[in-house]
Amino acid sequence: MHELSIVSSVVDTVTESLTAYPSARVLEVRLRIGALASVVVDSLEFCWGIATEGTGLEGSRLVVKIVPVVMHCSVCAEDVELESLQSFRCPRCDEPCSDLRQGRELEIESFEIDDSPGVENTEVGA
Amino acid sequence: MTTRIVELRRGILKKNDELAAGLRGRYGAAGVLVLNLVSSPGTGKTAFLERTLRDLRAQGSRVAALVGDLETDNDARRLAASGAPVRQINTHGICHLDADMISKHLEGWEDVELAGLDYLFIENVGNLVCPSSYDLGEGIRVALLSVTEGEDKPLKYPTLFNSADAAVITKMDIAEPCGFDRELALKNINEIRPGIRIFETSAKTGVGMQEWLGYLDEERRSRNG
Repeated sequence: MHELSIVSSVVDTVTESLTAYPSARVLEVRLRIGALASVVVDSLEFCWGIATEGTGLEGSRLVVKIVPVVMHCSVCAEDVELESLQSFRCPRCDEPCSDLRQGRELEIESFEIDDSPGVENTEVGA
Repeated sequence: MTTRIVELRRGILKKNDELAAGLRGRYGAAGVLVLNLVSSPGTGKTAFLERTLRDLRAQGSRVAALVGDLETDNDARRLAASGAPVRQINTHGICHLDADMISKHLEGWEDVELAGLDYLFIENVGNLVCPSSYDLGEGIRVALLSVTEGEDKPLKYPTLFNSADAAVITKMDIAEPCGFDRELALKNINEIRPGIRIFETSAKTGVGMQEWLGYLDEERRSRNG
């Protein structure tokens, strides 16, 4: 259950980047999480509300995109997407694959902000 | 409303990864092979490590260990009986070790200089999920599995087994009474991590230890060559 630490790192990183947009309101934060990253997406979403409370990210949405596992198959000489995590074999030729090309990502892709002039005042007044 | 998207493309664990890269550089410069031992609680990491430390010391290797647990220094005291320098890391509730904890515990470790070691073992917190995300700068990540746990453990925890460089099966001395299906366990490990080196060991009887020590020696030499 390390999702809270992961989410807290996301909040810290986005907060640092927000200094460039002092009057912006964060609407959405987008993550790319590999299917082999050992992270439970439901737990990330559950922790998001707790971790963003009292920060500039409070009220924002968390959007998680799962990145499938891609291995390099030496027989097919191609990158192939795994169909399940129960067998690391090429789905075409059944050759065991040990060369991982994608699937461990733990990445903040982007965040979306509303930086219309006066957005901060509107918030305070609301 | 004017919205805009700010592209970041940044690793969430970037700070840990940078620290781990720094540690990896230090280990390499010191010529010490660092191993990160990961398993469920109760697999026998401590017993396996006790035996490894004792056997390595008996053949003249210079070894030390860092051991992670939520609470207590019981494991550090057990391991210290081997005569090797051992330092306990208490995570106080955190389910994994991270590079910052390793870095802090390497500082001010009076009887240990990295350059004076052949091997440094890191016994992670007993957990088959969270430690797989945290690079500690190790040279070899070892996943351990005992004969009492069920042969399908690698299938249940593919993320950890797939990130391992070597696998160790422990408690082989009780494999038979436990009805351990050796062929199935080996097949499952290979299904998740094709081609991985697998060691079948018993800390109690010493079975498989020679092969394990041979592997350590081989790996250390090839990295320092």
